[in-house]
Amino acid sequence: MRTLTNRIFVCCAAAVIGVAFMTASAVTSGAYAAWEPNKPVEFVIMAGKGGGADKMARLMQSIVEKHKMSPMPLLPVNKPGGSGAEALVHLNGKKGADADHTIMVTLNSFYTTPLRQPGLGVDSLTFAPIARMAEDTFLLWVHKESGITDVDGFVAAAKAKGNNWIMAGTGKASEDNLLTDFLNAAYGLNIKYVPYKGGGTVAKQLAGQHANSTVNNPSEAEGFYKAGTVVALAAFTDKRLPAFPEAPTFKELGKDFEYYMQRSVVGAPKMSAEALAYYQGLFKAVFESAEWQKYRTDKSLRGDLISGDAMKAYWQENNERHRQMLIKMGAIKG
Amino acid sequence: MEILSHLAGGFLVVFDPLNLGLVILGVTVGLFIGAMPGLGSVNGVAILLPMTFLVPPTSAMIFLAAIYYGAMYGGAISSIMLGIPGASTAVATTFDGRPLALKGQADKALIVAAGASFIGGTISIALFTGFAPLLAHVALDFGDPEIFALMLLAFATFVGLSGDDVPKTIFSICIGLVFSAVGLDIMSGEPRLIFMDISGFMHGINFLVLAIGVYGIGEMLWTIEISRGETQMSKATITLPGILAHLLGTLKLWKSWTIGSLLGFFVGILPAAGATPGSLMAYGITKMTAKDPRAFGKGEAAGVAAPESANNAASTGSMLPMLTLGIPGSPTTAILLGGMVIWGLIPGPMLFVEQTEFVWGLIASLYAANLFAFLINIGFVPAFLWMLKMPFTILAPTIFVLSLIGGYAPDENMHDVWLMLIFGVGAYLLRKLDYPMAPAVLAIVLGPIAEPKMRQSLLISGGDITIFFTRPIAGPITVIAIALLLLPLIQLIWRTIRKPA
Repeated sequence: MRTLTNRIFVCCAAAVIGVAFMTASAVTSGAYAAWEPNKPVEFVIMAGKGGGADKMARLMQSIVEKHKMSPMPLLPVNKPGGSGAEALVHLNGKKGADADHTIMVTLNSFYTTPLRQPGLGVDSLTFAPIARMAEDTFLLWVHKESGITDVDGFVAAAKAKGNNWIMAGTGKASEDNLLTDFLNAAYGLNIKYVPYKGGGTVAKQLAGQHANSTVNNPSEAEGFYKAGTVVALAAFTDKRLPAFPEAPTFKELGKDFEYYMQRSVVGAPKMSAEALAYYQGLFKAVFESAEWQKYRTDKSLRGDLISGDAMKAYWQENNERHRQMLIKMGAIKG
Repeated sequence: MEILSHLAGGFLVVFDPLNLGLVILGVTVGLFIGAMPGLGSVNGVAILLPMTFLVPPTSAMIFLAAIYYGAMYGGAISSIMLGIPGASTAVATTFDGRPLALKGQADKALIVAAGASFIGGTISIALFTGFAPLLAHVALDFGDPEIFALMLLAFATFVGLSGDDVPKTIFSICIGLVFSAVGLDIMSGEPRLIFMDISGFMHGINFLVLAIGVYGIGEMLWTIEISRGETQMSKATITLPGILAHLLGTLKLWKSWTIGSLLGFFVGILPAAGATPGSLMAYGITKMTAKDPRAFGKGEAAGVAAPESANNAASTGSMLPMLTLGIPGSPTTAILLGGMVIWGLIPGPMLFVEQTEFVWGLIASLYAANLFAFLINIGFVPAFLWMLKMPFTILAPTIFVLSLIGGYAPDENMHDVWLMLIFGVGAYLLRKLDYPMAPAVLAIVLGPIAEPKMRQSLLISGGDITIFFTRPIAGPITVIAIALLLLPLIQLIWRTIRKPA
């Protein structure tokens, strides 16, 4: 009897392990550089399952797998804790071979979280610059039934409601919060900012008219926009977005302001130069794949591929910009 | 009629040999993933997502939905057989499923679980088929105050009329709420209650860690103590007439599976909730409305039927906001949603119009997945029962090892494993002092939903608590919840008056 039970256990275990292996068996091909990963690569996602960053990381993973770009699989691991604090600390502590086998998908919390929490001992500028894969864009959205069709109408309505005008956004001191502060300052408004867990939930608050406006990314509001439930009033970009030709930019409206969210892949600060060169080559191939280019167009992403020193310079500039924005907000001291 | 013709078209898609094969493969794989402690539908769907690029999107979705369904069935198995929740959605199934197995009625528990899952799945898919667009609208109408009111109602069902010691129940809820507050607070953007600055607390306390600690480790210690190592597990046997008798018995539990199916489906369609709160609420309400609430927790079949029908109903329900609004109703649907985006489908209000073959193929596949999951599950029951024939000296270490794996699997973090062991010992001690642990588990599931919803509501109203009473949906729910919370007090006063000193 005991052997039978054991057999059942072995079968159950084998089924599960078998399934795991099937997915993990990426076949070797392609030669980028002398260095190649010799164990599975931990692909840390600085956000929870199902969010924008998560979807994008899994798309990258599937592109690598589909075209057999890497001899070892990328294993996505979500570390959403503390607005990315957990993920940053995790990468910061990697040494030796581990540092060469850990990469991370990151957003603008890459700047804001270490700035707001100096106790973490993390300096964003020390991370290994693998590739900036795109920049996500932001638009100002209202519900169709509000009758608002342009920014002037928005300003008038928000002024009339004062502190009862509700902007739903993703988390305190997040990108959405910074954009709300910009609107308040630029137009003399007193909008109330209510934080929610993710961009999808924020979109739903507007669709259900529980909030008056949002500053969603195009991918988050897209479904409701296509159904005609929400209206795009203006874009926080330098040029009009092809998918939303009716929405002017804030620059056209006389406010010199643009804001983007980086969608980047970084390595642990202690990653070796050889490994860095390998991942730079790998993600260049991902960037150039037809799938990634289609995703960029479909989701109104912008920005070319940058890596290495250019990416470091980009970080320096944006880190300083976020420091100033957080000081203005009162979230950190000057 | 239009719906029927769409559905018929959907069945044509499902009966394609490739798709039908994927349904059967999916539910079988799902069944085993669900049965492994710690691994649930989230892990199953996430692990197998990349595999689906080999087949067309509709087939891929059918496969993943079948895994999702299979895992819902499978979760009950380790909850009942080992007392370790097989998946977060099956935590409520341990409450009565485990005691039933200890009483030698594991066969009954397994079959009631499968039968109730099938009924819950069927009712919810029928509701989905008939009313998807309408219900999507209801989901949108639920704002922050409404969801908070619903969460309050869930807590109330565990306190009012629970039959347990009320102060101890409240204490248990409070412990759970404190644990649920650990981690990043999205409202202020600040980390809270990070004990000793240990970075593992930053992602909060995963409630599966608590649940496995309590039910896996804690229960095992308890069993070792009361039996002094001599426990011989129940000797359940299984025969075909026995299976049929238990299935007929399941039908007689109509009250619990009706509550479970409807409540599970409804909670499932609300974004932010999902199958775990749905099954816990169904358990609470079934217990509350039962003739003898005291029998619950000691091996009551109705206590298995309610959460199992609810978690299957909720898994169908949570597909609704995913497809119609593009908002996931549960962590698993969040990953499915990611998959849809990768396949180039845009979930949202236009999906039903633009992608009829995909949508109706998926709906029809849910009917098929539900049926196959039920049949395969029943077919495996004798195999699962063999597990129980192991002597306890082998079973106990097995439970211990599986608990460790279960604690590690969700986030792959050793921190969680240590925490789980501490919770296990703590739960054992609290159990000795006769504290109910289910309310703590409920609190750590519902706390992270309820707390931000309350603060968002108050932020919107400018700190005015009447927002919970004046809104047409939130108002009545809040009032009922408060009445239930006060019920033990009213009963106490009533008894004192009736029994003059």
